[in-house]
Amino acid sequence: MNEFQEQKINLTWREPKRSYDVVIVGGGGHGLAAAYYLATRHGITNVAVLERNYIGSGNSGRNTTIIRANYGIPESVKFYQRSVDLYQSLEAETDRWIMHKQKGLINIAHNEAGLRTERARAAVNVAFGSKTDFITSAEVKKLCPQIDLSGGGEYPVLGASYHHSGSTARHDRVVWAYAEGAMRRGVDVHQRISVTGMLKEGHKVTGVQTTAGPISAKVVMSAVGGQVTQLADMAGVRLPIRSHPLQAFVTNHYSLSFEPILASPALLFYVSQTARGEMLMGAEIDRQPSYSYGTGHHLLQTTSYRAITLLPFLRDLRILRQWTGVCDMSPDYSPIMGFTGVEGFVITSGWGTWGFKGIPASGEQMAELIATGKIPELIAPFALDRFARDRTMADRGSAGTH
Amino acid sequence: MSIQISCPHCGKRPIEEFTYGEIPRVPDHITDPDARNVDRVFMYTNPAGVQTERWFHLYGCRRWLTVRRDTRDNQMSE
Ligand SMILES: Cc1cc2nc3c(=O)[nH]c(=O)nc-3n(C[C@H](O)[C@H](O)[C@H](O)COP(=O)(O)OP(=O)(O)OC[C@H]3O[C@@H](n4cnc5c(N)ncnc54)[C@H](O)[C@@H]3O)c2cc1C
Ligand SMILES: [Zn+2]
Repeated sequence: MNEFQEQKINLTWREPKRSYDVVIVGGGGHGLAAAYYLATRHGITNVAVLERNYIGSGNSGRNTTIIRANYGIPESVKFYQRSVDLYQSLEAETDRWIMHKQKGLINIAHNEAGLRTERARAAVNVAFGSKTDFITSAEVKKLCPQIDLSGGGEYPVLGASYHHSGSTARHDRVVWAYAEGAMRRGVDVHQRISVTGMLKEGHKVTGVQTTAGPISAKVVMSAVGGQVTQLADMAGVRLPIRSHPLQAFVTNHYSLSFEPILASPALLFYVSQTARGEMLMGAEIDRQPSYSYGTGHHLLQTTSYRAITLLPFLRDLRILRQWTGVCDMSPDYSPIMGFTGVEGFVITSGWGTWGFKGIPASGEQMAELIATGKIPELIAPFALDRFARDRTMADRGSAGTH
Repeated sequence: MSIQISCPHCGKRPIEEFTYGEIPRVPDHITDPDARNVDRVFMYTNPAGVQTERWFHLYGCRRWLTVRRDTRDNQMSE
């Protein structure tokens, strides 16, 4: 399917009902994917997604769209590989063009420690079902002719791991594809409705209070991104989450093609080329927890410096646009999915700066958890109670900010 | 311009010179000692509003200071 064959997207808006089987709070990728899989995999369609703004207005429409499974711990490799697989078949399944493009991802090592990390990454990826090779600097140059292998004399490229299935997809098309697929099967999506409180019987959550009145539900799922602390607080749940802004920016059009996704964990920077030819870049989160969407010059300065260190051609481009999203950061840099200890209230959270790639698998697995009442094996390691059980899923070096 | 923090010793300086230090606050309603420990180590109040926090002037006078900041817009108050 291509742009010319594509039909107009078909979203049917309905009036909110007073009661649903499932209410999902947050119309980002995670909320809408869960609704889609509830409808398509489990036949559960008496579902509402409540979005305080418009769908995709949160981080799902602000990210740099990198999809990959090259994580450093077995549980994460398995989970994200499931998501990579679901992304690969999403266009065929929904009959919508999400502009999914496999590019390959190069994760550069600049020193001995980096080499060890990237070798270990390749090994653990292969062992748990993902495709990553360790490659030499000469092979890096072949995949990315624009790179300066001396790294400006400061950050030499000694080798890299190459993740074959590293890809990108158009973020708002992913949001729309899931919304349309869910709505066509009877799911209600309501924009401009804010959840302001929980309906409760004792400790149990029985619905939500909203700006459009109370709505009761057998299960309430939180998928509100950076606002999760406030939502969980309404249900009486404390979370290991801090909200941090993450900024990204694009340059004007680069007239040659830049094929791969290039990332340097040591330089804390990554880059890819958009379908329009712009160079899209991201770096680290703002140091202070904050809900501010403000942008700053400091990030442009430091990130441009790192980018030019590896890719000198970037110095001739100009910065076109910069923006910010508010990310739900977990302390172990892994997501939090499942039950919360409060009956009737489940969450998908801790998606931080890395959750676009997780949308399909989180949606699929959370739908199964809601439909069956049981924790699917794939997401059991990511339960909220892992912190109290001292079973954190620490993988900071793989989370990056993409 | 970047966010400025007012250091009592050095005056207004860009936030990039400082490192952030959180003041953990375990809510009083958590009484079980184990639960308090878990909360102390892992949980955050993460307020959308004014919070009192500590900053260390790493690339400056190397002293700790206390700041009140609105997390919604990064406005600082004494
Ligand atoms: C700059 C940037 C770059 C990124 N790059 C990548 C990347 O390359 N790869 C990757 O995998 N991830 C990336 N991420 C992370 C990714 O964007 C997020 O993890 C993901 O989009 C989270 O999706 P979500 O559905 O959980 O949250 P969101 O998309 O934020 O959706 C939450 C929704 O909930 C709504 N909401 C909040 N409170 C309420 C309420 N009380 N009532 C009703 N609705 C409410 C919000 O309006 C919002 O629309 C990046 C993030 C940023 C900011
Ligand atoms: Zn000072």
